[in-house]
Formats: sequence, C-alpha cells, structure tokens
Amino acid sequence: MTEPKELNPFRTLAMPPPQAAAAPDLLMPKSEEESIREELERGILFTSVEKMVNWSRANSIWPLGFGLACCAIEMMAALAPRFDISRFGAEVMRASPRQADLMIVAGRVSLKMAPVLRLLYEQMPDPKWVISMGACASCGGVFNNYAILQGVDKIVPVDVYVPGCPPRPEALIHGIMKLQEKILVSRVELGPIARKTRKGAA
Amino acid sequence: MTLNMGPQHPSTHGVLRVALELDGETVVKARPIVGYLHTGMEKQAEYKTYTQSIPQTDRMDYLAPMSNNLAFCLAAEKLLGIEVPPRVQAIRVLLTELTRISSHCMWLGTHALDIGAMTVFFWAFREREKVLSIYEHVCGARLTASYFRVGGLAMDIPEGFLDRCRTFVDEMPAHVDEYEAMLTKNPIWLARTRGVAILSARDAVALGATGPILRGSGVQYDLRKAQPYSGYETYDFEIPVRTSGDAYDRYLVRVEEMRQATRICDQAIRRLEELGPGDYRLRDFKYVLPPKEEVKTSMEALIHHFKIVAHGFFPPVGEAYQAIEAPKGELGFYFVSDGTPRPWRMKVRSPSFVNMQTLSVMVEGRLVADVITAIGSLDIVLGEIDR
Amino acid sequence: MTPLTPERVEERLRERFPGVPFRRQEGEAVRDHTLYLPAERLVEVCTFLRDDPELDFAMLSWIAGVDNLPREPRFEVVYGLLSLSHPRRVHLKIELAGEQPRVPTVIGVWPTADWLERETYDFYGIEFTGHPDLRRILLPEDWVGWPLRKDSPLGYEEVAFTHNTPERIKPSPELRKLQPKKVKYRAH
Repeated sequence: MTEPKELNPFRTLAMPPPQAAAAPDLLMPKSEEESIREELERGILFTSVEKMVNWSRANSIWPLGFGLACCAIEMMAALAPRFDISRFGAEVMRASPRQADLMIVAGRVSLKMAPVLRLLYEQMPDPKWVISMGACASCGGVFNNYAILQGVDKIVPVDVYVPGCPPRPEALIHGIMKLQEKILVSRVELGPIARKTRKGAA
Repeated sequence: MTLNMGPQHPSTHGVLRVALELDGETVVKARPIVGYLHTGMEKQAEYKTYTQSIPQTDRMDYLAPMSNNLAFCLAAEKLLGIEVPPRVQAIRVLLTELTRISSHCMWLGTHALDIGAMTVFFWAFREREKVLSIYEHVCGARLTASYFRVGGLAMDIPEGFLDRCRTFVDEMPAHVDEYEAMLTKNPIWLARTRGVAILSARDAVALGATGPILRGSGVQYDLRKAQPYSGYETYDFEIPVRTSGDAYDRYLVRVEEMRQATRICDQAIRRLEELGPGDYRLRDFKYVLPPKEEVKTSMEALIHHFKIVAHGFFPPVGEAYQAIEAPKGELGFYFVSDGTPRPWRMKVRSPSFVNMQTLSVMVEGRLVADVITAIGSLDIVLGEIDR
Repeated sequence: MTPLTPERVEERLRERFPGVPFRRQEGEAVRDHTLYLPAERLVEVCTFLRDDPELDFAMLSWIAGVDNLPREPRFEVVYGLLSLSHPRRVHLKIELAGEQPRVPTVIGVWPTADWLERETYDFYGIEFTGHPDLRRILLPEDWVGWPLRKDSPLGYEEVAFTHNTPERIKPSPELRKLQPKKVKYRAH
C-alpha cells in the first residue's frame, strides 16, 4: 500500500486473500467472490474524480506559444530533441489561446505588449495556468526602465516563477514539474453544484 | 479585408505584427508594426558604464549574442583608439563565426518549420545545441554570453576548448550537406521559395537592406571583406552572392555562409594552436583591467584596477561608429562620449530594423502564404528591431 | 576605383555647393569623417551624394538623434551614409535648436529613411517635414513624451528591499495559512 504522504492517485485492491495464492485447484469451481476479485484485479482502479481530473490535467499541459524574447529561444530548445518537454505531456505548443492551458510568458513584456498579453490570458479557457519564465517576466529583470513591465504578475496571476536569464531548458522543465505538483493538489469544481467548503480552507 | 497577423503568432519569429490588407488571398498592402518588445536599451545605456552595457547587447539579437558583443566592443575600442592583440582577435573571430553558424541554423530550422519541414527544425537545433555547449564551456552561459570585453575577453579560453571547436568544425560540413539534401532540390521547397518574395538589387540598396538579403539580390557587399575588422583580412573565405533576390536565393546564400564560416573557424583554430597560450586582454591599463597577478603585486596596477572597476574607464571626448557583418546584416554601434564612463549616446544600427522595411515591397501582390516565407527569409529578430 | 578620401569628398561637396557652410567636426577622438551642414540644404546635398558617380553614396545606413541638453544647439541629427563601391562612410550632422526641432525628410532620396526617421521622431520629437507617415514606431502610439531626451527620466522603479519599505504594508501572519501544502509527486 502506498504511503499516505505520497500522492498516488490510483489505488488498487489490497493483497489478494491468502487462500487464493495456495495451490490452485482447477477442478474446483471458483467461488463467486474469487472470480469477482480476479476481474477487478485485471483492470479496474479506484480513485476519486478529483484526483483523476488533476492527474490528467497535470500530465497533458499544452502550452501556448508565447515566446517574446531570448527566453523564447530556450523554450524552443526545451521543445527540441535534447530537452524534450513532450515527455512531460506538453506534446504540442498550441498557437491559439483557445486551445491552450498553460501560458509560458517567456521574455520581457514591454508596455506595448502588456494589453495583448492580458487579452490572450482572458482568451484562454479555464483551467489555465501561467508560468513566468525568466527574470524579465518575473520582475523586470535586467531592464528597470520606462519601457518594460516590472513583472508580469502585475497583469496576470502567475503560478510558477522560473528565474534565470535565460533559464536553462532544464530549469523550465523543473518549473513545469512544479506546476504539475501544484495542479495535483488543487481543488476541482465538479458539476453545477458548488462544493461545500470545509472550515478554514479556501 | 484587413487581417491582423498579430503579435502572437507561431511564425512571426517574435512579437511582430503585420497589418495585411487582403483581396481574397492576394496581399494588397502589408504594413509591419513593431515595438512590442521595445526595451529602452539605448536610454538605459546612458545610465550604465560601457562594461555594464555589454550584457544588454546580448539581449538584442539573442540568436547571435557574441556578434552583438563583438560589435559593441569594437565600437568602444575604436572610440578609445586601442586594438587588441592578434590572439584575442582570433578567438573573437572563432566565436563570432560559430555564432554565425548557430544563428543560421536557427534561421534554417524556424524557416523550414514555417514552410512545413519539421525534420530540418530538429536537426538544426541539434547543431545549435552543440554550439551552445561550446558557449557554455567558454563562458558559462548558453545563450547570453557577454564574453567579450572592451580590450579583450572576460576570461581566457579554457583547456579543451580548441579540441571541442575542432570536433564541431570537422563534423559541421556533413550536417550542412544533410540540410541541403533535405531542402535544396526538394520540389515543395522550390515551389514555396523560388520566385517568392523577390527584392531587386536597386530596391535592396535603396531600402538599406544589408547582409544575406543584399547578397541574395546580387550586390556583392560584405563588411568582412569591404571594411574588415578584427583581423578578417587575414582569413581566406568567399562571399556567396546570388542574383535573383528571391527567398530561395537567400536560403542558398545563408547555407553557403555556414560553410564559409566553418572554413574561417578552421583557420582560426589553426592560428590559435600556433599562437599558443598568451594574453587575453590588451595591456593598456588605462582602459582595460590588468591581470590579477599584477594587481596583487604592483601598486599601479591596483590603482588602475580600482579605478576601472569602481568608476569605469574614461574614454576621450568624441564619437565613433563601427559596424560588423552580423549574421543578419550590418550591425553597428555609434557612441558619443563626453569623457565620462557612461556613454552620452549609444545608437544601435540594427540590421533587422532596416531589413524589415523591405517586407512591404516583397509581398505586395503576392499570396498570404508568401508573407510567411518572406518573413522567414528576412531572418529578423524582434529583440534587435525593438531594442 | 581610386580610393575615395575624406578630403576628396569635401572637395567635391564644396565645389558643387559653394554657398553651403560645410564644417568638419574636429576632435582628437572623432573617429569618422563628420560634416556639419545646415538643415535647409540637406536634401540637395544628399541627392548629390547619392547620384554623383564618383561619390556614389547609394545607401543610407542609419539616422541617429543626439540630445546635448545643456549645450545649444540642443539636438543633432546624424546621418550615416555608405558608399558601396568604394567602400566609404561619411556622417552628416544637422544641428537643431531646442524648441520645435525640424528637419526636411530624405525619404525621397533613400526610401529607407522611412522607419529611421520615425524612430528618431519617436525618441526625440524631432519633426521630419515632408514625411508621409510620421508617427511613433517603437513606443505605444499613445505615449506622451520623448523618452530619449535628457530631461526624460529613465522610469526606474524602486526595487523593494527590507531596508526601504517602511511605508509599505507588511504581509499579515494569517497569510501563512493559505500556503499550499507541500507535495511530492511520483508518476507511477
């Protein structure tokens, strides 16, 4: 059985009862319970919908191709064969914001580009996440002047900040994995009935 | 119909916006709108010393960072009136030509990707990764190197660097052959690029286009041969020139430039192996940091070191413009100095900014798909356009 | 092609335009051949430089504005010309007074001046009379002010450290409760 701290969204049945592992008697018909147990072990998993949904969302994040400056080159290098982010689920980089769930703001955001960025963020459907890649997107970076927005979190909510100038592709992948961890613990609203909130939690 | 090819587009190589007026599929007018990456680098350079502005230059043309560093350092050295020793020149030439190869690889990969050839994208990035590893070996950073300094280099080349370069240079021509085998006689490539985005030689000169665009249109002009800098007159290489000025010719020019760059790298490595170890900075302590051993033993060197690090060097009052042949065209820096360690004015003559104007001439009357080919064959970098 | 020396360029210009006060910029560290000329004669001089077969300055490489704020004349516009056949560069400089700086456009001589002049206008507010489409190119269209002038600020934003935030609100301790719980994900 997995440890309670580890996040394994799937839990299979416990060890089969000891008498099933004993000498199989092919002549004796299996009891009903045994046959059901065998079926279940072959292909059914038990989990909660929330964990299922989170797991699938985390492992198939499709980024929006939003490369602005030098960090975009490292993002493209992260797509290239050497550091492959499609291993982590980011198989395609969608061009259209309507089809993407992750916006990787890669590069410096100038004040002329900022409204465009906000518009793109609003065009993305929920659930969406934002990774601010590089120093310029996180805080203005090297450029502290009239033309650059000092941090993209002034206009969009950011989930993960990846520092670096530019961050290595491995750092970006680390950021994506951190985002995956964040997604796995998030609450999921299911259906039209709002979930009853527990005391104290958001 | 007005169609906006917006700042966020997979094929615009950055945040370029093109306002297209279309009549069906034909482009009536194409107006590029830039400025979405404006960073205020020229203003910021007035508040930083010369050495502090070198990392900014990396972020201009971020595909060829060492080229920008070279242009900056050469312009500052021209202003100061100093010239670096031959070994440093050879190292600079070697790294700049490797940068040219990596920039052209990137161009080829993204241009081919836009047109539809995904394989070339992956192959080109494989070569680029090798050059980036060489960068990392020499200065620690993959992309934004800032390795050159005014008067020399930031630090000496490490052991094993020349062997790595030698390995890369030996295998590169075979890779260029691979790209050519994929594309040069490919009927889809020919159909997409031959006769597309034509720019005549007269238009190219009138519009100020430089680099492979000018050479693809038939004008034989390359700053490395015409106004050589950093020892280029001592290297043996050719300038590819083609005549019809379409996207296919620009592609051939750049592929041939990759081969010639490999040739120059080869000669540079040989020259460095002959020269052996030596100084990596000019011994002019008024402007260049003295070697650390002397700083620890000689009083004068210590004072110079302190002055240069604490205030920056004090150039004479005057101005200088120096241009180099960057992978994209003529990249020049114009410094106006008022005697203080911070430049009074730094102007960057960026090739992509001027080349961008040729887009409207290239695509008027053509189909929308040709706009993508044209932008790709222009090889623009928005960081350089918008500074 | 006989090499074109700076003296030859000046000689040709003076013989063609005897009334124009050309002045060469002097200085120990002025590393390029730079000529001052008045703004009104700019277009003629440029046309001559472009069309004359010996000089053949066929390409306008760059245009820069320079702001010498305490000095008068305040603005300078520098034109970097390139002759491909020689090859040789020459710089032309126009000096402009501080209020309402105006220069005739050279877009009729070299079409590349289109964006180059728009950029100088964008940064300094120097108006190029005759330009068909003079508007901002790099900054947002509704920007007010001319950023590269010496009296415009850099726009530096004060970075918040612990030592310089006495008037900022410090985050309340209850915010700790909203921290996400730490998780370690294993993908099996």
